[in-house]
Amino acid sequence: MAYSDKVLDHYENPRNVGSLDKNDPQVGTGMVGAPACGDVMKLMIKVNDSGIIEDAKFKTYGCGSAIASSSLVTEWLKGRTIEEAYAIKNSEIAEELALPPVKIHCSVLAEDAIKAAVADIKAKQAAKEAA
Amino acid sequence: MSASIEMQVLKGSEHDLHPIYLDYSATTPVDPRVAAKMIPYITEHFGNPASRSHPYGWTAEKAVENAREEVAKLVNADPREIVWTSGATESNNLAIKGAANFYSAKGKHIITVTTEHKAVIDTVRELERQGFEATYLDPEPSGLLDLDKFKAAIRPDTVLASVMLVNNEIGVIQDITAIGNICRENGIIFHVDAAQATGKVHIDLEKLPVDLMSFSAHKTYGPKGIGALYVRRKPRIRIEAQMHGGGHERGMRSGTLATHQIVGMGEAFRIAREEMDEENIRIRRLRDKLLNGLQNIEEVYVNGDLEQRIPHNLNISFNYVEGESLIMAVKGIAVSSGSACTSASLEPSYVLRALGRSDELAHSSIRFSIGRFTTDEDVDYTISLMKGKIDKLRELSPLWEMFKDGVDLSKVEWAAH
Amino acid sequence: MSSIYLDHNATTALDQRVLESMLPWMLNQSGNPTSRHIFGRSARDAVEHARAQVAEACGAYASQVIFTASGTEANNFAVKGIAANQVGSQILYSAIEHPCISRPAKALQQVGWLSSEIGVDANGILNIAQLQQALETTTSIVSVMLANNETGVIQNMTEIAEISRKAGAFIHTDAVQGLGKIPVHFTDLNVHAMTISSHKIHGPQGAAALILDKRVDIQPLLHGGGQERGLRSGTENVAAIVGFGMACELAVANLADFNSHTQMLRDAFEHGLKSLNVTVFSGSARRIPNTSFFALEGIEGETLVTALDRKGFAVASGSACSSDSTEPSHVLLAMGVAPDLARGAVRVSFGAHNTLLQVTDFLTTLKNEILRLKQLTSIAA
Repeated sequence: MAYSDKVLDHYENPRNVGSLDKNDPQVGTGMVGAPACGDVMKLMIKVNDSGIIEDAKFKTYGCGSAIASSSLVTEWLKGRTIEEAYAIKNSEIAEELALPPVKIHCSVLAEDAIKAAVADIKAKQAAKEAA
Repeated sequence: MSASIEMQVLKGSEHDLHPIYLDYSATTPVDPRVAAKMIPYITEHFGNPASRSHPYGWTAEKAVENAREEVAKLVNADPREIVWTSGATESNNLAIKGAANFYSAKGKHIITVTTEHKAVIDTVRELERQGFEATYLDPEPSGLLDLDKFKAAIRPDTVLASVMLVNNEIGVIQDITAIGNICRENGIIFHVDAAQATGKVHIDLEKLPVDLMSFSAHKTYGPKGIGALYVRRKPRIRIEAQMHGGGHERGMRSGTLATHQIVGMGEAFRIAREEMDEENIRIRRLRDKLLNGLQNIEEVYVNGDLEQRIPHNLNISFNYVEGESLIMAVKGIAVSSGSACTSASLEPSYVLRALGRSDELAHSSIRFSIGRFTTDEDVDYTISLMKGKIDKLRELSPLWEMFKDGVDLSKVEWAAH
Repeated sequence: MSSIYLDHNATTALDQRVLESMLPWMLNQSGNPTSRHIFGRSARDAVEHARAQVAEACGAYASQVIFTASGTEANNFAVKGIAANQVGSQILYSAIEHPCISRPAKALQQVGWLSSEIGVDANGILNIAQLQQALETTTSIVSVMLANNETGVIQNMTEIAEISRKAGAFIHTDAVQGLGKIPVHFTDLNVHAMTISSHKIHGPQGAAALILDKRVDIQPLLHGGGQERGLRSGTENVAAIVGFGMACELAVANLADFNSHTQMLRDAFEHGLKSLNVTVFSGSARRIPNTSFFALEGIEGETLVTALDRKGFAVASGSACSSDSTEPSHVLLAMGVAPDLARGAVRVSFGAHNTLLQVTDFLTTLKNEILRLKQLTSIAA
């Protein structure tokens, strides 16, 4: 299968690989996918008090496009508000990486990971406010 | 690991453009001696072997019969028991449909195994559409067939059984002597797909209780597009021709014979007969080296029995690494992966699934197949490449992280999408 | 061996340029086109390039080309494959078809089909009226060869196709002897399926194709790995397919030269035959330009062919596939030729490399041998 240069670049040199402290109240974690489906994406974002994403890390079990999709979104997320992050669409990811139709699901997974991470941080904030 | 090799592992290398070939089970390069023998027959000695009236035809016919003898010799058969085909796929189709159709009055039940090549499975499925019934037996986790399960599957109307000698994906060797004897006791015609076996295991059809056996040239350093079917004469096995026409091959298979390809197959099988024993020793040594090297990596699983197996094949699953990214990572070697991603659907190997491997392990498998031209350097490179890339991919893998943290992945509730 | 080869309808010598195109796939490490690594991908690219060459040469789309191992297989595939997806019906084929059409067609009778031969006239031209009458019974398949391997007669395929289509039948043509000798254009012929073969056009043995309109529902003959869009399983014979592609390209490029050259040779040859009191079959019909099929009463074709062979000329007594038998040609019998005369039939088929000098030499030898054989038989009698 022919991969775009951008996919290959992210695959060969993935950005922001790793994990943040999941117990940190400022860290939201999104884990989506399933091993049986061939993709598991874990995205962690660190959000400061003004709602800006300061840091983003990922680990991905999946094909080159899945790795590239998650690597790309960690770049995009840094500096954005969680609302802006929530608005990222899979089509933007697919377009940026020139994903072929059979790999569009990788961008969908990346969008889901962002939404899951944002939901997690919002849940943490809500729990904190409630407390 | 030396610094230079480390650089290669991380940045790729000249092997990315000219990978090391470790996919001998998919196809083998033509042995230069085979090519040398073939070339005159497409340049000087052209002729239609069925043309009896002029010397162009005679030379071709003589070459064809010499080749038939070489093929017969490798498997200790009579040359008259060898029918040329366009390849193992046609041999399997001809054997199974040909025998099933000819003997259908005796019964319409067929037994085969879920790990057979598609050319057997799909042919049996086609016969099912035509009114036959079939039992597809699952092998044991080792890849080997349980003889008791085979016996239990036999019905009074069982007419044909088809079991491969050497599996193409995992290299395990079935006990076809035992299976054949059971077939004999029950009056069942026994077909064996030996496409992956020639030149790797000794085959003695004078002793083996096998009625029909399929061969391929291009898996044994011969050309593509040519194969053969063994059809036993004593006791005589009959098959219904699947291709009609000029009545070549004693009516069993029509179509102009590709003389140079037949010559190539004969020469390939001659070399196999003469060099097999020595070659197997060398290949076993390389396989052991590769196996030892790869087993130093954590969480690797060999698929299929290691004892009842040809040394040419090593099929290994690398846990917590996804199959397609694994294939992307190992561009420096040409291997086959367990995820046959030929189409949009990423479907794990049906053979590994039949062994009871999980989808994840099936996806993360690689078939290394070693052959005549594999060197020690190739194996060394492969080991260091695999180690480096597996490390890198696991560093990326959330599953590996969880495994290392002691999480039981089977207990995790995945947000499947 | 310095025989003059005059049997180009049986098989042809490999063109040097074809051989050169094949060598990398025969000598170097070539992958399985199904494999995803670079060895496999380059083999796949080579197969697809050849597919485009084949399509271009016969006026088809690349997606309509299904590679097979032989013309025999492609013909069997067309008949059995199309029939398998039709309810029991009728198949019609000409009385001069190759056995790889007529035998599978007859075999359909075992599964309840009507299987009927359509006759030909004294020149070997299909009896259109008989076809039209036969088509009054519901018919699924009509198969008529474009050019006959023995007489070289060319059928009016567009007319046959039109009549067959109007009657709702699928129309197949065996164009193995047409390709490279006359213009062969799949779309213009208006057929649903067409067989072509490599080794008749200076390509290698082991490659052929069925050109198929994708609207035709067909069952594969070979089941397995799902190559050729699932219609023909089996690892692709990469070297032969590459050679076939190149041979197709050359055949079309050389067509005009081939036509005028072999026509000139045959005209000279048949002019020379006039003094020998032989019968030239289909002499007044439209034929492929390289073929001359003739007979001499009182001399067995087989005997003459053997005698000519000793003198260094390779010709045929009939189609190569039935050379084993001494039965007279079924093509000639269908044309109403008396069996005794038919037994005397000899086929000469020229190629691009034959020369006028060879024709002259051959005529001299032929005359001498005929004379010698006549004396022998008269002494015996």
